[in-house]
Amino acid sequence: MARNKEAVVLLLDVGPSMHSVLSEVESVCSMLVQKKLIFGKSDEVGVVLLGTDDTCNELQKEVGGYEHIVVLRNISVVDGNAVDFLQNLPRGNFRGDFIDAIVVGIDLLIKKFGPTNKGKQRICLMTDARYPIKAPYEGTKEDQVNTISQMMQTHGIRLDCIVIREKLPEADLRVMEENDNLLDQFSRKAIAKIVHVDSSTSLLGALKTRNISPVTVFRGDLELSSTMKIKVWVYKKTSEEKFPTLKKYSDKAPSSDKFATYEVKVDYEYKSMEDPDKVVPPEQRIRGYRYGPQVVPISSAEWEAVKFKPEKGVKLLGFTDASNILRHYYMKDVYIFVPEPGNKKAIVAVSAIARAMKDMNKSAILRCVWRQGQGNVVIGVLRPNISSVDNIPDSFYFNVLPFVEDVREFQFPSFSSFPSSWQPNEQQQEAADNLVKMLDLAPSSKEVLQPDYTPNPVLEKKKSSKRAWRGKPSTFSEKEEGVDGEASDIQSSNLMKDSSNINVEKIGNLNPVQDFEAMMARRDSSKWVSKAIKDMQNHVSDLLENSYDGDAYSKAIECLVALRKGCILEQEPKEFNRYLLGLYEKWKDTDLANFFELLSSKSLTLISQKEASDSNVTEEEAKNFPVKTELKF
Amino acid sequence: MDLDPEGLFRDDSDSESEFYREKDSTKEFVVYLVDASPKMFGAARSDEDEKPETHFHAAINCISQSLMAQIIGRSYDEVAVCFFNTKEKKNLQDLNGVYVFNVMDRECLDRPTARLIKELSYVEDRFMSNIGSRYGIVSGSRENSLYNALWVAQALLRKGSAKSVSKRILLFTNEDDPFGSITGATKTDMIRMTLQRAKDTQDLGISIELLPLSWPDEEFNVSIFYAELLGLEGDDISQFLPSAGEILEDMTDQLRKRMFKKRKVKTIRFSIANDICIEVNTYALIRPTSPGQIMWLDSVTNLPLKTERSFICADTGALVQEPHTYFHPYKNEIIKFSMDELSKIKNISDGQLHLLGFKPLDCLKDYHNLRPSTFIFPTDEEIVGSTRIFIALHRSMLRFQRFALAFYGSLYHPQLVALVAQDEITSSSGQVEPPGMHMIYLPYSDDIRHVEELHMAVDANAPRATDDQIKKASALSRRIDLKDFSVCQFANPALQRHYGILQALALGEDEMPEIKDETLPDEEGLSR
Repeated sequence: MARNKEAVVLLLDVGPSMHSVLSEVESVCSMLVQKKLIFGKSDEVGVVLLGTDDTCNELQKEVGGYEHIVVLRNISVVDGNAVDFLQNLPRGNFRGDFIDAIVVGIDLLIKKFGPTNKGKQRICLMTDARYPIKAPYEGTKEDQVNTISQMMQTHGIRLDCIVIREKLPEADLRVMEENDNLLDQFSRKAIAKIVHVDSSTSLLGALKTRNISPVTVFRGDLELSSTMKIKVWVYKKTSEEKFPTLKKYSDKAPSSDKFATYEVKVDYEYKSMEDPDKVVPPEQRIRGYRYGPQVVPISSAEWEAVKFKPEKGVKLLGFTDASNILRHYYMKDVYIFVPEPGNKKAIVAVSAIARAMKDMNKSAILRCVWRQGQGNVVIGVLRPNISSVDNIPDSFYFNVLPFVEDVREFQFPSFSSFPSSWQPNEQQQEAADNLVKMLDLAPSSKEVLQPDYTPNPVLEKKKSSKRAWRGKPSTFSEKEEGVDGEASDIQSSNLMKDSSNINVEKIGNLNPVQDFEAMMARRDSSKWVSKAIKDMQNHVSDLLENSYDGDAYSKAIECLVALRKGCILEQEPKEFNRYLLGLYEKWKDTDLANFFELLSSKSLTLISQKEASDSNVTEEEAKNFPVKTELKF
Repeated sequence: MDLDPEGLFRDDSDSESEFYREKDSTKEFVVYLVDASPKMFGAARSDEDEKPETHFHAAINCISQSLMAQIIGRSYDEVAVCFFNTKEKKNLQDLNGVYVFNVMDRECLDRPTARLIKELSYVEDRFMSNIGSRYGIVSGSRENSLYNALWVAQALLRKGSAKSVSKRILLFTNEDDPFGSITGATKTDMIRMTLQRAKDTQDLGISIELLPLSWPDEEFNVSIFYAELLGLEGDDISQFLPSAGEILEDMTDQLRKRMFKKRKVKTIRFSIANDICIEVNTYALIRPTSPGQIMWLDSVTNLPLKTERSFICADTGALVQEPHTYFHPYKNEIIKFSMDELSKIKNISDGQLHLLGFKPLDCLKDYHNLRPSTFIFPTDEEIVGSTRIFIALHRSMLRFQRFALAFYGSLYHPQLVALVAQDEITSSSGQVEPPGMHMIYLPYSDDIRHVEELHMAVDANAPRATDDQIKKASALSRRIDLKDFSVCQFANPALQRHYGILQALALGEDEMPEIKDETLPDEEGLSR
């Protein structure tokens, strides 16, 4: 347990430019603590805020400066209070200095641990790094970063920095560039990782909630031949994070017992078939191996003598074209082969082979026996992993391939052999083509739902994270609404209709609802959603303003319904609520007032929290709209 | 008890049993009906310097391999081996020209045993002296060996209800015109009888499958007689590919593949958009084969033992009933969960596959993998049009080189998956890769470890290979290139050894078999 113990200081920017994302920061940080409560109960967490109105930190008292930085919670073992703290972060009105904050964080860690606990201390900074940092008293900002990096290195402190920038309206690009450079300097000079995210979904995945001290699967030679060997260490690269194992509960302990474990132990007894009361002692038991209908008894000693005992070692069998190994043959979670740390020869050798493999598009086939005494061998494929970071060496990924016994060669009919009634016609094929093109999750290299940034909803079990994997998908499935359920020709033609307006850029008068939906669905830039909402609002206002004796009401309602749905899907309830209330305020005392009666009769109302978590309208309030309108936004 | 002795085959991570164990609701009864006419013993390949290979040999080979796989994998399936066009007869009905092959301690239709496999593999050696081969349908005689064979096979399959057991007759022959030697009314009569026999058999829920063997210069013509017997019509006939091939090994390969009955894991809904839902079957084409179950025996009597569990309260030592409440410490408290609550927590989804969108294939990284993939193939059984939509998507994905990202709401593992379209690949030995999609289980951010960052070089760039060094490495890789490498060309030496030992012990042999480990690198070849 203690080996995995970790101390984290969260440095959270609560300055004005961060306000729009703070609720996400709150939920992701409290999630971090909640996970620690489950997985790492002895981990320690501290919280430091920057950009606050007040100042409260020891450095300020000791040496002055360090303004607008508050130590919200000293480093201590995780508990429920920490969650509460993080769920109610104060909003600050000042521009925080993230370099100052890092120093405060380091100070906290050094004071708490001194020279101990190296390598298990982490500072996690979340900021938009949008404002310039103060110039140091002496030297340049770069020098300052160097000094701090040096300090972090001596004390074995890591830095994880998440730079959150959703939209960049009036940001000073020059300042941000300078800040980014400073942060990057950390990653060169200290053990630091800088991640840029542009959506709250990625934020969830970017924060490493758990730090597992990895264990090597193998340390030794990668044998290219009997004479050519490279020293490597092998780790797991992916491994499924499981729901924590629950213990069976016993209520037998008296309630006064403070040290009760409430655990249940399980005992196994082996009894003879003929005499159910007779317990057979362990030394009289022998293993039986099934072979067809027969059961073959073999004692452990006999088995030990005859069983397969390969020598430990990782041997290269050869190289082959990467296309020879289809992706679906990967059998397991992934291993990574890194060159022996500090061994320059190994690092260069791995680099040379990895880069050669990459250039020639080759994979290598290995035979691995990870440890002596292992009863089986593994055949697998080695793939190059060219490092994109200057101070991380090149490495290999490895996955296990099946043996002949592991493959079932079922035969399936060719698609071309199916009757023509099962074949898509030209139009349907075109619809499918459009669908594939349209539902692009990686438009112009901005990939969404990357595994690396998508957390497991079961492990999170939080509403916020549920949105993480739902967020994108639901928007487009909505777009194809109205498609008939029967899976035949009609669907495809509907898909066609939908896909024909991929590139809608404004809302026209002819099909405002369709235009709106098409715009909301555009994924080539985030601006389309806000533009669609804006345009739709204008469109509805125009309709109402030009309406004579209610002739445009039904059209306006149609549009409002679409707008409302879109705002729920895109989690923009406030946009809609603000607009609807605005409409009401503007026209409640005019002859358009009856429009609002019509709205309530159609139960078209504000978006409640139940429908979109970001809304601050309760279900009750929504129901009462427009009767009670003293809601303020 | 389902134990893996000494963690023999367990790897570093434990695996979920639900995922790896295929749901095997149906047992299978199979009768291998092998034509033993002189034509089957003719040389199928006329290599002058080699022992001539016969079709009979190919058939026996296939059956042996399949039995071997069965005894390891699905040992509850039952089989019978039956020859027809034989001199001797051995069957309960005492019909001529049919010989049911069996070994001791075994019923005719029973689970395969070590002895059956062993004796079957030697059956050719003394076939002529013990069983004998002759044409069973000849002019001037009213004998109909094919009719007899079907009858015997059907009788063998009488046990077990057709509902719970899948019953099959696999017919191996190289004679596409069994009644070619006779003429006239006798011929029509015999054909009619045989067809009726086959129909009756099929009506009983027994499927008859033909595994035809062709001559290099003369393809097996299924439409002469067998199309009618099998009930093939129109398009089916042209699709029925006789396993033709210049090379007998290819043909054996094809037969072997065709002998498998496809077992699906389950049928799932694949929701493409809000209101478009199709159905697909999932198949576990690749799963690690485990060495099977072990059980505890009493070493004195060699009889199996019964395992009993008892639950003991750790605090008081009292014996308790199996608890239905679980707990986890959280915030210095104890949080209790009932079984119901637990299943609710884990169950956040509906068992469907939901399409989320598409990504270029290069977004699927080498480290995006957790478990063996699952194959999906459309089915029109419940939702008509599924296949059509699936084909259209499949084609588009291949065309644009995209994979589909989907959310698979399986009950045990709600998970993001990549669906990679696979185009059909065929070779001279038949289908190598079936057309369909492979579902690849993707990790979540929680599952990915950033180990490479552990050993970051601080304040220095990591050394990289120079162009010259890369060139040398390229030269090396060209020298040890495995041109014909195919995935799964190796047998698992540990499993082979395991079953080799068991077979030897089951047959009471003293010699332990030597199993060659094919996975060891060819040191000699490498040094060259």
